[in-house]
Parts: sequence; structure tokens; C-alpha cells
Amino acid sequence: MSTKHTKAADRFIANKEQETWHNETLWMVREKRDRMAMAIPEWEHLRELAAKVKMHTITHLDQYLEKFVSNAESNGVIIHWAKDAKEHNEIVYGILSENNAKKLVKSKSMLTEECHLNPYLINRGIDVVESDLGERILQLMNEPPSHIVMPAIHLKRQEVGKLFEDKLHTEKNNSDPTYLTRAARQHLRNEFLTADASMTGANFGVAETGDVIVCTNEGNADMGTSLPKVHIVSMGIEKIIPDLKALSVYIRLLARSATGQPVTTYTSHFRKPRKGCGMHIILVDNGRSEILGNKEHIQTLKCIRCGACMNTCPVYRRSGGYSYTYFIPGPIGINLGMLKSPEEYADNVSACSLCYSCNNVCPVKIDLADQIYRWRQNLDSFHKADKMKKMMSWGMKFLFMHPALYKTGLKFAPVVNHLPRFMLYNGLNDWGKGRELPRFAGESFTEMWKKGKVQTKNK
Amino acid sequence: MKVGLFIPCYVNAIYPEVGVASYKLLDYLGVDVDYPIDQTCCGQPMANAGFEDKAIPLAKQFEELFGKYDYIVAPSASCAAFVKENYPRLLQKEQHFCRTSGKIYDLCEFLHDILKVDKLPGNFPHKVSVHNSCHGVRELHLSSASELNIPRYSKVRDLLSLIEGVVVLEPQKVDECCGFGGMFSIEEPSVSVCMGQDKVRNHMATGAEYITGADSSCLMHMQGVVSREKLPVKFIHVIQILAAGL
Repeated sequence: MSTKHTKAADRFIANKEQETWHNETLWMVREKRDRMAMAIPEWEHLRELAAKVKMHTITHLDQYLEKFVSNAESNGVIIHWAKDAKEHNEIVYGILSENNAKKLVKSKSMLTEECHLNPYLINRGIDVVESDLGERILQLMNEPPSHIVMPAIHLKRQEVGKLFEDKLHTEKNNSDPTYLTRAARQHLRNEFLTADASMTGANFGVAETGDVIVCTNEGNADMGTSLPKVHIVSMGIEKIIPDLKALSVYIRLLARSATGQPVTTYTSHFRKPRKGCGMHIILVDNGRSEILGNKEHIQTLKCIRCGACMNTCPVYRRSGGYSYTYFIPGPIGINLGMLKSPEEYADNVSACSLCYSCNNVCPVKIDLADQIYRWRQNLDSFHKADKMKKMMSWGMKFLFMHPALYKTGLKFAPVVNHLPRFMLYNGLNDWGKGRELPRFAGESFTEMWKKGKVQTKNK
Repeated sequence: MKVGLFIPCYVNAIYPEVGVASYKLLDYLGVDVDYPIDQTCCGQPMANAGFEDKAIPLAKQFEELFGKYDYIVAPSASCAAFVKENYPRLLQKEQHFCRTSGKIYDLCEFLHDILKVDKLPGNFPHKVSVHNSCHGVRELHLSSASELNIPRYSKVRDLLSLIEGVVVLEPQKVDECCGFGGMFSIEEPSVSVCMGQDKVRNHMATGAEYITGADSSCLMHMQGVVSREKLPVKFIHVIQILAAGL
């Protein structure tokens, strides 16, 4: 009984030191988030409001998209529509070609990961430079992000030091964070100065104004968009919110939930192109409108990509981002992967003990664990259910539907206690990996009741 | 008030003493307790594994056995939560109106909210670390979930404070999962064992002699870890402590 997630988790946990460090580091982020949440008396009210506003917006998406587009266009922004990843990438390449741009500097965007934009552009001769420090580190390593907010959280500074020695020619064995950050900054400064075009994601799109809001801690989105002549925004259609008043709710929740900061260092509003420059917004569907019609999973469209569900998830913390087969890990990633392709990403559904902590930290109150429970119910229909689990469930149902058989079972169960150890603890016993089996009582409660040993004398 | 006592399958077979303590306590408090002898399992193990259709006949069986009582109580928060949260939906699939969902309580919840017990005899002069189980906390609200900004409370702690001598402690990561999760424990054994080990260590770091809680399934999982590693900590269900003087 094992999934791709199980096997990858085995490998991650085999390095106990790394696992403990990863677990505790992300728990620290959860604790920072808690301190922030507890300091705001109206926190639960904000979550409720955020959930409702998102639900309202995605169920009136046509109206808000039209409003957003008309406002953005009157601000001088060029709007593009992409029905899928392929169209999105073609549009980006088209804009770059039109502007004769060879070097693209990007700030962090999970949507461009979703569309596999970087390899697409690199194959066409574009020099793509990630400018978020974590993303840049991973780009230099040729690895994907392992977390949606802290993409390189699985790496220790020593590993970054080694990488920079090799790629940026820093001093040998110097892994001082200030030193390494400065080296990255100098290296990126040159990239910013020589870029022909810039690209950002979007945390929010405000329908009322046509603004695109980008939240960063490093200011890299601002640096990137301030110099080149072209700014391309890649934005999922579910990122729309009605107005600036609504934005104030999400801004209060986003950084507090994500990293335990009251607010990100930079909250940038991009409204119109700079003088003599071009600004493009690509509105991407890529499966989102289909989720709108899915009653059981529509709530995933409320997600503001804060990553709080990952930080609290006891499974994610102990198995790492790369143990999931979808590019977004953790509770939200399990669900988004299944929405993308249940056949391809069913292996992640095992990565949940149904503890429901994710539901409670989610700033927009997505029923993450309930959705995972529901996916499990459907696995059999995709022929992805585990055969052993299916057999065990069938067997249990049979036993529990026959009370007489169940009672006989209870009576003879203690025999198991006396079986030789090799029969109980072997390759077939997954419980026995690290745990002793419970011992059956000499007499079950039912037996005791039947014999009148439980009831008080006067009855 | 007629109360049906539900002793979940694994409590029945492995921890009958928890069932006995439950009966004793309810009887002492003057409750008319009945134990429907044909009861088996609520169906949660199959449902969480992805086969909730297999739980539907069990839900119907449960309805027939327990529908007639004023209250149904179980010394297992997770099983009570499953009936409460899922039975109405499961039974609706077969056009059956659920009678048990609104009447089922975890025993601690029942003592605290319905009977409003404010004194109990006996003493238990030991340090105990309370295991705040996921379904007890996040489904039945036995204590305030650590993620939420709501006033702090714990029904289990309130009840334990009625017993003389008991010192109540709580672990760091106060309501983190112990890693049981039904079939999760055997489908993801590495993560599950790791969670169990971490949880046991956090409980032991409080200096407690016992780990206690309202869910025998979590206690069973952690006990598996403790027995394998021969660690010096004991387990006791919270109901056994509350019934210590009876």
C-alpha cells in the first residue's frame, strides 16, 4: 500500500536531520502567523469577510472581469486573454518578439510555473531571469519551488553558499546570509539594468480601478518594472476582487497568514504604463472556469496563495514540497492537482491525516480537508483506489454488518496477542514500521456486558 | 433521560476498561444507561480511506440501534464526530432522515455541556499531559483550536480540574495531529510514525507521567510508538481519571 507521495516521503524522512529542520522551520512560520492572527481582535471576522467577498466575486466573475478590463484599457493597458497555458506562453513570446526583447526579468509568479513559461521561452532563445531571491537560487540550481511563498525553504544557507561559489564566484565557504544576499543583489542589479522586458504575477486585480497588486518583500517587482520598456502581467482570472475596500481585507490577511508579517515590505499598485512604455495584462483561464462549475471544489478558486495550509500541515512539514507530484504541494496543492488531472495527480491524496488544521488557518476559509476527503471517495471511479484499502474496507463492512460474527471476532481476537512475533511484524505489516500493535483485551466490553460484569448490581 | 452507550469497535476489543469507566461514571451521575448489544462500528475507517459507501449500511444499522435514545454517548471524540458530521449526508443518499446525528455526544462533551458536572469524587495525584485530538478539537470543539482567534477554553481541562490531585499539562504544538488518521497510518507509515514520535516527545517534555485524552485511537497510536521505543510514559483515557473515585 503506497503512493508516489509515500515513497518520496520515505526518502525525505530517511534524512532525519533535514526532516526535523524542515518541520521546525515551517512550524516557526506557523507560530509567527499565530502571533499575528491573535493580535487582531477581528481576525475571524476578517476571514469570514474574505471568504464571502471571494465567493461573491468568483460567482459574478463575468461582470467583474468586464469591469476590470474596461478600466485597465482606459488606463492604457493592453489586455490579452489566454484560455490555457499554451496560449499564455504564445502571447508572452509574441509581446517579447514585437518589442524585440531578448532578456526578460521576472518577479515571482506561480502562474508562470503552472504554464511552464520559463522552459518555453528559453527554448526560443529568451534569456529569462528570476529576480525573487528564492526563485533565483532555484533557477541557478535548475530546480522547481518546493513551497509557493518560500520557494527555496528546503535549502540551508550552506547549500546556497556552495551554489553561489559556483555560479556567482563568491568566497569559498562563506555562507553568511548578509554576504550571500549582497552578492545576489549585485548580480541581479546588472540583470535589472540590462533587461528588455519585465514580468510580474498578480496577487490581486481590482475591478473598480483596473489596478494590479503585487506583494513582495524584496522590491524586485518594482525594480524589474521600473527600467525596461515593457511590463507583462500574468494573472489568473480568479485573482479579481471588486474594489479597493475589498483589497484592504486581503492585504490585512495575506502577509500575516503567509509569513507572519503584518504586511509585505512592498505592496505595489500597477495601474498604467510608464510614459513611452507598454503594459500588458494576460488573463489566464487554464481550467479555472471549469472549476467554477464544480460544486464540490469551487472553493479552491478563493485561494490567495498564502501557503499557510502548507506551514501548518503536519504531513507537508515532514515530507517536503518535492514529495508531491503536483507543482503546488500541501493541502491546496493536493486539491488543485486533482482538479488539473485526477488520473495524473491522485498519488497526493494519501498525504493527509484529516486533521483539519488547514481549514482553520486558511484566510479565505477553503474547506481544504473536506475536499481531500471527497477526492478519496472518487478515487475508485478513476481506478486509482488502493486495492488493499478497498479490500480492507469491504472486509470491515462485512464484519461490522454481521453483529454475531463481530462478537465472535471480539471473543477470539486475544489469540492474536500470542502469535509469534515474526507472524505479526513483517513486510506486510505497515503499522509495525515503528509501532507495536495494540494488544486485545482478554475480554471485550461486549463480553463483559453479556456476563453482567459491567452493570451495577441493582439492575 | 435514556442514554445509549456507544462503545466503538476498537475500544470494545482493546480498551474495554474505558467502556467500563464510561458506564460507571454515567451510572454514578444518575443517568439511565443502555448498551445495545448488537452495535459494531460507525464506519469512519472505511469512509476516511475513501469508501464511505461502505459506511452507509453501518449508518443504517446504527440508526436502528440508537435512534430511540434521548442521547447517544461515546468515549471517543472521533467516532462521535463522524456520526454527527457525516451521517445526515450519508443517509440522505438513501432518502433516510438521520435521527442520531443531533443526539450523539462525545462523553466529555456530554458531561460538560449536558450534565454540567461540577463535582466528582476521587483523586488522581499524577501529572497528565492532555492530548487535544484533531476531531475532538476541530470538529467537536472540545477545546479552542490553536489556529483560531477565539477565547481559550478546554472542556477536558475543566472536567479534569474536578479531580483532586491531578496536575494538567499540555504539550508544545498543543493540538498537532498524532499521525493516526485511520488507514493513513498504514498508507503513509513513515510520516505517520514520525508524527507519532514527535507527538509523544512533546507530551513527555511536559514531565507528565500519563498522556490522556478523549480519543482512544490517538492514544492507541502513540502507545504503539511508546511500546516500540520502551519510553517511560503511561496512557489513560480521560474518562478513567474522571471515574477514579468510583
